[in-house]
Amino acid sequence: MSSFIGDWHALAVLFVAGVIPNQIWRMLGLWFGGGIDENSELLVWVRAVATAILAGIIAQIVVQPPGALASVPDWLRYGAVAAGFVAFMLARKSIFAGVIVGEIVLIAGKYWLG
Amino acid sequence: MALPPLDSPQWQTSFSAFLWGARSIGATVLTLVLFATYLGIGALAHDSGFSLGWTLASTAFVWAGPAQIIVITTLGSGATVLQSAIAVTVSAIRLFPMVVSVLPLMRTEQTKRRHLILVAHLTAVTLWVECYRFLPQVPRNRRIAFIHGLGLGLVSVCLIANTIGYTLAANLTPLLAAGMLMLTPLAFLFSTARNCRELADVIALVLGLLLFPLAAMLNSGVDILVSGVVAGTIAYGVHRARAGMVKARA
Repeated sequence: MSSFIGDWHALAVLFVAGVIPNQIWRMLGLWFGGGIDENSELLVWVRAVATAILAGIIAQIVVQPPGALASVPDWLRYGAVAAGFVAFMLARKSIFAGVIVGEIVLIAGKYWLG
Repeated sequence: MALPPLDSPQWQTSFSAFLWGARSIGATVLTLVLFATYLGIGALAHDSGFSLGWTLASTAFVWAGPAQIIVITTLGSGATVLQSAIAVTVSAIRLFPMVVSVLPLMRTEQTKRRHLILVAHLTAVTLWVECYRFLPQVPRNRRIAFIHGLGLGLVSVCLIANTIGYTLAANLTPLLAAGMLMLTPLAFLFSTARNCRELADVIALVLGLLLFPLAAMLNSGVDILVSGVVAGTIAYGVHRARAGMVKARA
């Protein structure tokens, strides 16, 4: 088995867990679009839950970090997010400013700690 | 970069409209944000034990950053296929109104549903935003070709970013590898914060961040769903209560 593909089982899992549950909404939009009000109450709730799930995933990566990120102390990861957020707000909600400042704090902090 | 005027001969063929679309990826700062995000996703996939081919397939066939990091983090941390699928599908519901609102921008009398399948597939938050910006400058009968060019151009950028991120994560010093992994939470946090339109969205984001560590203590295997549904429903409740108060006052 080539290491590029890895094992086929993982690829099958990707389709069942990732591709189909994601695509189904696009195809529903294609077939049944038209009659749905973007501001309907149901969609407000759905959007809130989807935002909160994404927020949970963000928290999971920062709180229970994978791989190399786990070598960075907790407080430094949280501090990098906080510093990035301050920059994001100061730069009038610039995603780029937030990402750059968060990265600088994380990398400089880790470098300084050794 | 400026697009040619609507009556320019540059728009005469679908192919040149496609090329103008592909070239337009250079005209938006969102391309840079996507690049950084997919660099991070590549690194995240590497450190969660997935192959490069798997990572590229997820970008080409899922083409939704949140769904991709949900699949990678949940499967990577031992969730079942069903648990991941539920979390992904909830995150993907937002694609439905995006597709519904974007397709009328490019439909003509002659457009068949099958002509729009690829556009529907390419629709994600970046393309959705860019449609509103670019399409008024594109003749209606060339819009599908233009979006195919723009969308496939963005996918290509992300496939390249994935490959670079994946390769770097395997070879970088731990210091820089940690920096790459941090790209994902930072990019998603700020792009989500930027997309918050109503109070409900802000509360959902903040509560979702705060409740996850609590839900993780339950160790239910569906921690993400628990914190997401609870935080999202509270946010929706606040939205309702506020709407009710406004009505009562009026």
